[in-house]
Amino acid sequence: MSLRNNQAVLLAAAASVLLVAGLALALFWAPEDADQGFSQRIFYVHVPIALTAYACFGWGAWKALRLLWTRESRYDLESYTAVHMGVIFGILTLVTGSIWAKISWGVWWTWSERQLTLFLVLFLFYCAYFMLRFSVESGPRRANLSAVYALFGVALIPVSFLAIRLAENFIHPVVFTRDGPQMSGSMFLVFCVCLAAMLGLFASLYTNELTGKRLDARLRELREAVE
Amino acid sequence: MTTSEKYVTAAYLVVLAVVLLYVILYSFKLSRLEREVAELTELAQRRRAA
Amino acid sequence: MTYFADVAALARKDILLELRSRDTLPAMLLFVVSALVVFHFALPSDASVTASTGLLWIALLFTALLGLGRAFSAEREQRVLDGLVLAPCDRSAIWLAKSLGVLVFLGVAEAVALPAYALFFGPVGWELVAAVLLADLGLAAVGTLLAAMAAASRARELLLPLLFLPLVIPVVVGGVGATVVDDPGRYLGFLALYDLIFAILSWASFEYVVAE
Repeated sequence: MSLRNNQAVLLAAAASVLLVAGLALALFWAPEDADQGFSQRIFYVHVPIALTAYACFGWGAWKALRLLWTRESRYDLESYTAVHMGVIFGILTLVTGSIWAKISWGVWWTWSERQLTLFLVLFLFYCAYFMLRFSVESGPRRANLSAVYALFGVALIPVSFLAIRLAENFIHPVVFTRDGPQMSGSMFLVFCVCLAAMLGLFASLYTNELTGKRLDARLRELREAVE
Repeated sequence: MTTSEKYVTAAYLVVLAVVLLYVILYSFKLSRLEREVAELTELAQRRRAA
Repeated sequence: MTYFADVAALARKDILLELRSRDTLPAMLLFVVSALVVFHFALPSDASVTASTGLLWIALLFTALLGLGRAFSAEREQRVLDGLVLAPCDRSAIWLAKSLGVLVFLGVAEAVALPAYALFFGPVGWELVAAVLLADLGLAAVGTLLAAMAAASRARELLLPLLFLPLVIPVVVGGVGATVVDDPGRYLGFLALYDLIFAILSWASFEYVVAE
């Protein structure tokens, strides 16, 4: 997948269209939620970003598995880029979730939001991924270590979620509940468009970033050949 | 604008800001790559001439 | 079965080395008791059982980190790890042997920590002991793998806690939960699940961590 193909350009164009459409639908067309009012509309940006972050980590883990399976070095770059995107989307999840918490309950953080707590744990985990990469010389060793760690991350997602649920029994956070949107058909449509938009954004950014990193590597090779 | 409208807009703006920040950082990278390609082309041409 | 013979030989080597040099284990014992004393001063007087239990688990985590930090140091200092990897044994046997060694060290440290806790804070029930034993398995399994990763990096002592702490959050939840909740079965079961998943994952992926 290089930018030479029209594929990448089409992907970017599709993502842009979906993003604008999703934004417009979410802010103007989607019906107002009876309980939460206008503030419910954050749902259309927060949840798709969260799901996309999971998709990024899953994609990164899949590429990691391919690396360990086939030992082809290109998978290292692909896995790393996916995890990198995942952390960016993860930060966005935490920020939008925090804003939503502020609107809903007046606090910037609450431990009773399971998804948010899970993202915090995952965020810490994947930040350590970068620490790991920065402290190992580049090469097959670093690729293997990163791949194994990325796989552990994906295993951690369900285990952590279970742990957070179990922890509620003895941590007793101030429990805020939010009536989960009983999504009407039109709400669901808007949600799907926004989800597709975020996934498209991931795909497009991922493609560009990967091309950029590959170019970097090839330029380095070229430099060594010429000098 | 009501408070909740302000916050919702803020959330969407944050997402937009992060994406645009990414674009800016990326254009820095691209200009660096362009510069490197120009250097290497010059080096290669000099090599060929010599 | 040469696999288990290899594991036994490697584990025995680690334990014998420790018995002769006596550096890691005394440090772990002293650390855990010191930590408990510090926690006494850190807790307000009306602290609940949950608070002191939580601090016990933190002390155990950091004691484990102390021991794990040394798990591969002997090999690193003498480049023996390359030799081990070249040896005609399954690489995962190295992981199993190391984990068993870590497990033994943790067990000894806890044999001191739990009575100290009972002395300083409150009674230790069977649920706490069971939770600690189950948690040890997970900590040793995951910790050994991460210690091997950190050993391959430049920033070993700095990196290991960063890798370790997010991964063992579920262990803390299981351990504290089993101690404070009326019905510990679910939490002990959860600890067992964690041990199973991460032991298998660690066992399967260790060869990629030490391979070149």
